[in-house]
Amino acid sequence: MGNRVVITGLGVVSPNGIGVPDFLHALQNGISGIKYVPEYEELKFNCQVAGQPNFEWEQLHNYISETSLYGLKGKGIAYGIKAALDAWMDAGNPIVSEETLWETGCVFGSSVADTDVIKNAITRVDAKESKKLGSRVVEQIMNSGITAYISGRLGLGNKIINNSAACATGTQAILIGHEYIKYGMAKRMVVGSSEFVDRYVFGGFDSMRVLSRKFNDQPERASRPMSLSAGGFVPGSGAGAFVLEDLDFALQRGATIYAEVLGGSTNSGGQRNGGTMTAPSSVGVIRCIEDALTDANISPAAIDLVSGHLTATIADKLEIQNWTEALKRKGDDFPLVNSVKSMIGHCLSAAGSIEAVAAVLQIKHNFAHANINLEDPNPEILELIGANNLPVTKVDREINVIAKANFGFGDVNSCLIISKYNN
Amino acid sequence: MDRTTILSELKKVLAPYTENKAMLDGINEDTDLIKDLKINSANLVDIIIDAESQYNIEIDFDAAEKMYNVGNCIDVISEKLNRTV
Repeated sequence: MGNRVVITGLGVVSPNGIGVPDFLHALQNGISGIKYVPEYEELKFNCQVAGQPNFEWEQLHNYISETSLYGLKGKGIAYGIKAALDAWMDAGNPIVSEETLWETGCVFGSSVADTDVIKNAITRVDAKESKKLGSRVVEQIMNSGITAYISGRLGLGNKIINNSAACATGTQAILIGHEYIKYGMAKRMVVGSSEFVDRYVFGGFDSMRVLSRKFNDQPERASRPMSLSAGGFVPGSGAGAFVLEDLDFALQRGATIYAEVLGGSTNSGGQRNGGTMTAPSSVGVIRCIEDALTDANISPAAIDLVSGHLTATIADKLEIQNWTEALKRKGDDFPLVNSVKSMIGHCLSAAGSIEAVAAVLQIKHNFAHANINLEDPNPEILELIGANNLPVTKVDREINVIAKANFGFGDVNSCLIISKYNN
Repeated sequence: MDRTTILSELKKVLAPYTENKAMLDGINEDTDLIKDLKINSANLVDIIIDAESQYNIEIDFDAAEKMYNVGNCIDVISEKLNRTV
């Protein structure tokens, strides 16, 4: 069985809200964080909208030392620090520990190290000015920069790992942290992921023609998961973070418990059986969801809400079909389904962690957020699960168990089962 | 530029790299950058880069190695300034 793992702290930097209160308000009211980006029009991108958190560097005052903040340029790292330290404080912990916390580790994921910082290095070096780069470049272009900043600030001494599994990164980070506690290797883990989509990464996706391009003049309508008019995803940036704790450890210190991570699974379809670099194999996806249910020791009938990956591409229909097969439920018997991406776009590595924060808030406050922009649901999806399970306005209902999944390039999958905490 | 002027300019260069602003105000030629001002040793290269730009001089590796206290910094900077003039 292993130890029970509970969630005691949340932090979020989302395009539609920074910090739990603002994010919760945005989720409950269907507020979009997608905006038109003039720079993208100048760059001749097909997609000219994005989800960008309303972040200012000043928000990191008191989060890290002034000397550390001076010279910090990597926004992905900045988002991650903000979310992780907010989660840490939300769990009732002081930021500064004099001693190393040997029982607490960190798994924080990312996809691409900050290319703005890398660009500066490239420009300087090519101009034969490497001497002027200074001491702060390497720590910000290493993928583990984010975990180095978080663990250094908090004094974490257990396992410190930067994971990377494309769009499945965030859910995978939570799952890895969960496993360390479950199997007794750590008492507490700070987990999550962050992503800063700069123009170079954005350009790569734009060139693949997988981004939304028909709603540049109506940014808030641009991210349309599961709709017939879904024409690609909208890239987003941000971070989500959790403090996970061994249940006994949390109870002993009198922590407030948001929810319990019952279990999960992360796997790959092996890029076989229809799986490719960019497309998931249904066999792998279904197996991942089934394994997550088995790990959580829960029946598919117990799932109240599916928080899907659902990016607003042609893959949405296939994803819903995979869920119906994995859960062996369809039509009106299918659980509620929603996609946070309708409001914030696809935050890539950060998607899983931000969306998992949304999942925990829906469990805590008993609601299912709206799928905004779902004015024209895809008939093929309706055929599978009907219209009653696709909320277009907030549904107030007791939400006990959520299945949260994300699927990423390389045919990698992650699925988490999160539940209300019941002693 | 005399040593007092260089010292007051040097305070501005050092400011972003120390949390100990009170001590920075009262630095003298004996103040040690790492021991007294608690500057991270990795940041010494940033201070050298900033000093090069502030005084429009070039500080080579050998000279940079001497810059561990305020007096040494002033020695190196004034020597380079005089050479430039």
